[in-house]
Amino acid sequence: MATLTYLQAISDGLREEMRADDRVLVLGEDVGAFGGAFKVTDGLQAEFGEDRVQDTPIAEAAIIGTSVGAALAGLRPVCEMQFSDFVACGFDQLVNVAGKMHYRTGLAVPMVVRLPTGGGFAGGPFHSQNPEAWFMHAPGLKIVAPSTPEDAKGLLIAAIRDPNPVCFLEHKHLYRRAKGEVPDGGYETPFTARTVREGDALSIVAYGAMVSAALDAADRLWDEDRVLVEVLDLRSLVPLDEDAILATVTRTNRVLIVDEANATCAAGAQVAALIADRAFGDLDAPVRRLAAPDVPIPFSPSLEAAVLPDPDRIVEVARELLAY
Amino acid sequence: MSTIDMKPTLRVGARRRPDAAATDDGASLTVADHRSLHEHLLMTRVVEERGVRLYKQGKIPGSFYDGRGQEATSVGAAFALGPDDVISSPLIRDLGAHLVRGTDLTELFRHYMGRENALSHGREGNIHFGDRRLGIVGPVSMLPDMMVVAVGLAMGFRIRGERRIALSFFGDGSTSRGDWHEAMNVAGLRREPVVFVCENNQLAYSTPTDRQFRVRPADRAAGYGVAAEVVDGNDVVAVFDAVGRARERALDGGGPTLIEAETMRMHGHGAHDDARYVDPELRAAWAARDPLDAHATIARAHGIDVEALRAEVEERVAVAVQAAAATPLPDPASATEGVFCVGEPAGLGRGAAPFSGFAATAQGTRTAAGPTATADPLTAQTRQAA
Ligand SMILES: Cc1ncc(C[n+]2csc(CCOP(=O)(O)OP(=O)(O)O)c2C)c(N)n1
Ligand SMILES: [Mg+2]
Repeated sequence: MATLTYLQAISDGLREEMRADDRVLVLGEDVGAFGGAFKVTDGLQAEFGEDRVQDTPIAEAAIIGTSVGAALAGLRPVCEMQFSDFVACGFDQLVNVAGKMHYRTGLAVPMVVRLPTGGGFAGGPFHSQNPEAWFMHAPGLKIVAPSTPEDAKGLLIAAIRDPNPVCFLEHKHLYRRAKGEVPDGGYETPFTARTVREGDALSIVAYGAMVSAALDAADRLWDEDRVLVEVLDLRSLVPLDEDAILATVTRTNRVLIVDEANATCAAGAQVAALIADRAFGDLDAPVRRLAAPDVPIPFSPSLEAAVLPDPDRIVEVARELLAY
Repeated sequence: MSTIDMKPTLRVGARRRPDAAATDDGASLTVADHRSLHEHLLMTRVVEERGVRLYKQGKIPGSFYDGRGQEATSVGAAFALGPDDVISSPLIRDLGAHLVRGTDLTELFRHYMGRENALSHGREGNIHFGDRRLGIVGPVSMLPDMMVVAVGLAMGFRIRGERRIALSFFGDGSTSRGDWHEAMNVAGLRREPVVFVCENNQLAYSTPTDRQFRVRPADRAAGYGVAAEVVDGNDVVAVFDAVGRARERALDGGGPTLIEAETMRMHGHGAHDDARYVDPELRAAWAARDPLDAHATIARAHGIDVEALRAEVEERVAVAVQAAAATPLPDPASATEGVFCVGEPAGLGRGAAPFSGFAATAQGTRTAAGPTATADPLTAQTRQAA
């Protein structure tokens, strides 16, 4: 066990898996000598060489498309989008080529696309997005979104070992803020949800950076209102852990779902639809959602703070739900 | 990183290579090779003629596309490949490549007709298939996405030190998209062992090349550090030679080659299109250059009975169509199966490599594992995965 940041845990997982499996290779812009825009791949090229840690031109379709080819050739590529926003430039290769390959041809595409996501640092409209819903709508892609260092390492290793294309959402806000105990060696975290905190009055369902916002809100609701809030961290969006979601509804009968992404057709909308469909009889109040409104994420700190969900807003909506 | 040593662009006359005598045009081909080439040319044409008819009779659902007049390009190119080479992917005019690699005719017609089949299990139709067991990656519609995938396959082969190449087919229309640029740039930069075969058939659907680009694809190659060659795409021997040279270059570390095969789409874009927009004079000029007629002359000179071969091919196609028509449609309950792979991935296998030149080398021996001898592409465990 070591105490690592979320970013160090991702690097650690990547290094572990590259040592354990010589099929694993890394591709991306500035990932080599420079170590990546966020330094996730720092030191990897020195250890594994230029074939296994490749600096690519600015060519997202080529990064993803050649990763598909390398996967078909028997390798296990882990490619990096410098910011998740740029995956739009390689969207077609991911959605139409990688995602549909197995269903259409029987060929598996074991690859990981690392996607540094999220806002909260004045990144503006093109460096703050949460693109998970684009890919949830595309059959054949798995999508995971860790909220802690331990899960970041374990989910990355599981993603590399998975025989399917996996979108690995790593939240930039957590990179250096989230710290925690991380087991040594290689281990896999399953693509299932985790109950982070047990409660009886209300469930907050979240993933990625919104898990810590939900925990802050839950602390305040205990301190100020003496209410026990359950927090469910989805960890995986595809597959979605339907059993865990339905189970938390059964325990608390009140649900608030929080997304940092734009509200329409977001992951949280899928969770809300599931509950409406399968757990309506367990509800004591309407399902509530908090998400970013459907605007590009603005640059100025005052504007950005106005659109991203935060603990204050979570507490506010939770109180409305509890009073229903 | 070392600087790129620009390979000179090989520019060769469009019809016949002027240096043909000097380079032993087709000299490596035996009588058996010519017989095999001709058989595959005929097979391509007969299958597609039958496909168009079945489509018009309503027996092939959806749409149907053929490569009438272009058979020499896909047959000649695939004939130059070794069993471990991978095609990613044959496109809309490239049935010949599937046939040279050994794709089973009955499975092919089952696929076209939307019946249960080992190639696509009914999840795909028309030209969207590829038998992974034969080292073929099926294409997607989006042009030319599979060219980028071919570069990645080649990268994988290079990194693992394997002596094999990837080959990608695409049309003139593909060369205007961004993925074409990304594939050319990355392949040239890294000198990946990949061969690009551009079928310049004068048209992208209804749009002639002079309304697509100012600079022809082969002339753009030098800008990427990619060698290029223009060949007569209706001359199966010329295409075979050009792809063979490009393959050798790739295996020797010389990097990628773009082969621009000049040809003409003699039918509409698909069976639904009467191609009335094509200049009749242009069509007539190309009709006089039919690739099957051209190779029939060579085949006869080698003592091959072309008429008997055609009758044999027609019989095999008729039998396959009959078997396909008797095959049920896929079980509706299977529609949601196989989106994800469960368990160990099933990889790419080896294709048939009928060229006699490969039989001499141990690794080039024509593979015994034909499509009927190997496992179903969607493995049992995968099919449970719904
Ligand atoms: C990116 C993309 N846009 C549109 C289409 C629709 N489409 C299918 S084939 C075709 C024409 C392709 O022309 P070309 O590449 O020259 O190939 P050819 O059909 O002539 O063999 C078009 C426009 C497509 N497949 N891909
Ligand atoms: Mg064309």
